[in-house]
Parts: sequence; structure tokens; C-alpha cells
Amino acid sequence: MTAAPNATAIEAHELTRRFGSFTAVDQITFDVAAGEVFGFLGANGAGKTTAIRILTGLLSPSSGTARVAGHDVYTESEAIKRRIGYMSQKFSLYEDLTIRENIRLYGGIYDLSKDELRDRTERMLARLGLEQSAGTQVRSLPLGWRQKLAFSVALLHEPSIVFLDEPTSGVDPITRRQFWELIYEAAARGTTVFVTTHYMDEAEYCDRISIMVAGRIGALGTPAELRQRFGVESMDELFVRLARPTASAAS
Amino acid sequence: MTPATFTAVQIEGLSKRFGSTVALENVTLGIATGELFGFIGPDGAGKTTLFRILVTLILPDAGRATVLGRDVTTQIWELRRRVGYMPGRFSLYPDLSVEENLRFFASVFGASVKEQYDLIAPIYDQLAPFKDRRAGALSGGMKQKLALCCALVHRPEILFLDEPTTGVDAVSRREFWELLDRLKASGLTIVVSTPYMDEADRCGRVALIQRGRLLAVDAPARIAASFGRPLFTIRAAERYPLLLAARAYPNAATVFPFGDVLHYTDRRDAMAPEAIARELADHLRGHGLTDVEVESTAPTIEDTFMARMGEPERAA
Repeated sequence: MTAAPNATAIEAHELTRRFGSFTAVDQITFDVAAGEVFGFLGANGAGKTTAIRILTGLLSPSSGTARVAGHDVYTESEAIKRRIGYMSQKFSLYEDLTIRENIRLYGGIYDLSKDELRDRTERMLARLGLEQSAGTQVRSLPLGWRQKLAFSVALLHEPSIVFLDEPTSGVDPITRRQFWELIYEAAARGTTVFVTTHYMDEAEYCDRISIMVAGRIGALGTPAELRQRFGVESMDELFVRLARPTASAAS
Repeated sequence: MTPATFTAVQIEGLSKRFGSTVALENVTLGIATGELFGFIGPDGAGKTTLFRILVTLILPDAGRATVLGRDVTTQIWELRRRVGYMPGRFSLYPDLSVEENLRFFASVFGASVKEQYDLIAPIYDQLAPFKDRRAGALSGGMKQKLALCCALVHRPEILFLDEPTTGVDAVSRREFWELLDRLKASGLTIVVSTPYMDEADRCGRVALIQRGRLLAVDAPARIAASFGRPLFTIRAAERYPLLLAARAYPNAATVFPFGDVLHYTDRRDAMAPEAIARELADHLRGHGLTDVEVESTAPTIEDTFMARMGEPERAA
């Protein structure tokens, strides 16, 4: 790579998206550093999905600026898509293809050379301990394995940033933790990880988190800073306080 | 409790396979009238299969089950009128409005929304401003509340809620459990499933379920206490290096991230906890983690679940 190392993976400044009269994302400003594990939290409907669609180059903002992996979200969305990985909770792999076929498919989508694909496939299978199962249909893999594989496939083209949308939903508690170790390993190799979750203990695993409330960023910082600043014991407590200020006052 | 008191649900030796997949394996359990009972386990544990058998939608391969004293395989029609069921997947009519969905589900059971309104009022009042909105256009939390109203509108004697809080944010989940508390107070028996271990404490009793088998059935505090060995928290600013260093400690039995700390158990069962904590802290300081703190802690239900679930499932 000839590009200079970019210390900032994501920069968003007063990023806004309106749908008609509804402002889904309302002037959000934040940076994510390269190699950081950034937790992007918020209640259902707070604007997370809209923000992620903008940052992954799928949706144009109404106003404000954002650069992802050094590329402008207005004019360089195709370049962004090539530089990022994305793993959705619902669908990431083709269930009726085998593990190896899924890897080959994604390698083709991202234009990997034959040699690159072969090397990376073998390395990935070895890292996951799936060498013996490469010919297995994804359908027959347990959910936790499917999610670990989907994460690895999202990293196949060595993106600088990977977006993970509720990657551990419904996964057993041990596999959920193994998944987070894959996240740490990726971050230690320099990949920026942008992750959403409804498990509040996982919020604590992030380097920094932001909590979206009604389209805005209600809190942003390391879990330790936020505990101190808001005088709370846990990210769960903070989340409840921010997401329903009236409810917690009333009950 | 003796089996005779389990008047709401009695399950004996229940098994179900789908092809080569074992969904339920010899499950035996009882639930008393008026309980708020939770099945806690990850996706694929068998929760949905069990609920579908109990609400008479599928048949077991072996074993028997009664709900409200009626056999789930032979007394289907008597049962269906008395049972409320909220499936895990959103299963209302997206093109009907909130109010139309509710009226439809009432009419299927020959009930009227008006007669039953007192029961659903605490929930429906929050939906009333959106009563003309298409159900498909509701937010996740609102869909869930409407589904609960539809499951309640024929005034069932027992309610089965299959993963009502999955994919729902932490605050909406909390509000949903508050609704369930209110329904429980009205005397309704409630059986609920969830993959979120922290929701176990909301239930009077829970069953931990994994790969079709029950790992434990008891009050949540008793299950947590049954962990049965010294448990420690380890804290340091550098989390990932801490995890690797703790794993590398030769006496480590288990090391798991738990929120902002690690949970640690030691192989040396006979050693005093204070001595373990001291030696472990020394070891970690030796790895450059100068700010490390090791303390004894009380196990949670998730600790017990992980200790009892054994190795996660193999890939193939």
C-alpha cells in the first residue's frame, strides 16, 4: 500500500440525514481512530442504522461531512465500499454454499487474485480451526460458528474498517466471548472495528462507545470516562438513563 | 416443590428430533400456577421447539406434556382456547392496522376487545396513539407490545412468550419485563424464553437450556450460587494484554471477559482464595500489568451457565 497510514479511520462532522420532516441523524460529530474498537449503541429507532448506512456508503447524508478510510461519503462511496468490511446480524453468508465456496465468492467480489485467495483461505480456515469442515454447507454450522466465519469473511479483503451489526445476537455465552477475542485480534492487527450490540456487557469491551439518543450522540468516551462523568456503575445504567430520561425519573 | 403442585405445566421425558438434529432430549420439568418461569439459553438450544410442543403446534417424538392439566397431543382444542402464545418471529398482519390486528385476534377466539380491555389496557394505552398505523410500520418495541396484546386478548390462563426481547434494546427490554411483572401480579402463569442471561433475575424460577438439555432448574439466585468454586474478578486498564496474560497463567482454569473485568477460576481447588488472588496478581504484575486488581466475587447465572454448558458446539 502506498497510501500514508491514516490515524483517523472515521471522521464525521455535523452529519445529518433527514427523511421528509423526520431527522433520523441530527448533526453527529465524532472520530474513530485507526485500530480502535468503537461501540455504536442506541435504542431501537435512535438513528444507528441510518448512520451506519451513511458510513458504509449506502446512503447520502443530507448535510454535514464524513470521511471513512480517508474517502468522502458524498463523492467516493464506491471507494469506501472497497475499503470496508461489513457483517450483518441477519445475513452474511450463503447457507447453501460450503464454507470454502462462500470464501471464494467474497474473494471474487473483492477482486482478490488466485494466489491471495488461496493463501488467505488457508490462513483463515487454520485460524478458525475449520480445515476439516471447509466442504460443509454453511447451513449446517452452529450459529456461533457461522458468525465467527462471517466475521472472518468480512475481513478477507483486509479492509481498514469493519462494521459489525449485532454480531453476537443469540449466540451462547462462551462463543460470544470467543467472538470478542476475534475482534480484539483484528484490532491488534490494526483493523478498526465499528460494532453495535444490545448486550451491555459488550459495551464495556469497547475502547470507546457512543450512545445515540433521538438522532444525536448522547454520550461519547471510554467506558471508564463515561462511568466517571455520569456517575454510573455500568454502561447498562448509563444506557437506561440516556435512552429514557423521563422513564427513569418517573419510576 | 412436589410434582403435584406443578399444575400449570408438567413435562416428562420430552424428546424431539429434526432429521439428525436433536432439538430436545429427555426434558422433564414442572411449572406451578402463577409462576413467571424463564427458559434461558442461546439460539438453537431448543426453546422454540419446546414452546411449539407446549402450545400444541408440533408433536413430540417421545415423552408427554400437560398444560393446565390437558395433554398437549390429545386435548389440543381445549388447550388452544386457554393458552396465549407470542412466537419469536413477528407474526401479526403487517398490512392491518394496530386496532385491526387486535380485533382480528379477539374474533378468532370469539372474544371482543371491549370485554377484555381491562386486561390489555396497561399495554394498549401505550399503543393507542398509533391505533390506525399499519402494524408493519411500527417500531420494534411497539410491535412487541402489540403482539403481547394479541396474545392476551382472549384472556388466556397461561402465556408463552418465545424470545420477546431478542434484538430489542436494553431499555425496551426492561420496560417489557415491567409489563410482565404486572401481568404476573394479576395471577397469570407466564412462561418466557430469552437468550439474555441478565434477564434470568426477572423470573421466579428459570431453566438453563443448551442443545436440547436442561442444565439446571431453580430460582436464579440458587443457580448462581450453585457455581460452587471460588470466582475472582481481574481488572486492569490494558484489557487485551490482561486477557492473554491471565490465560497464560499455568494455574488458570477459566478466564472470561465479563463487562469491564475478567472472571477467573483457578485449578487449585484446595488453596485459600486470598492466596490465589495474591499469587495471580503477582504473576500479572510480572507481565507488566502494574495496575492489576484481583478480588473475590459472587458468581452470576452466566458464570454457572458457562461452567455447565461444557465445550461450545463443534463446527462439524
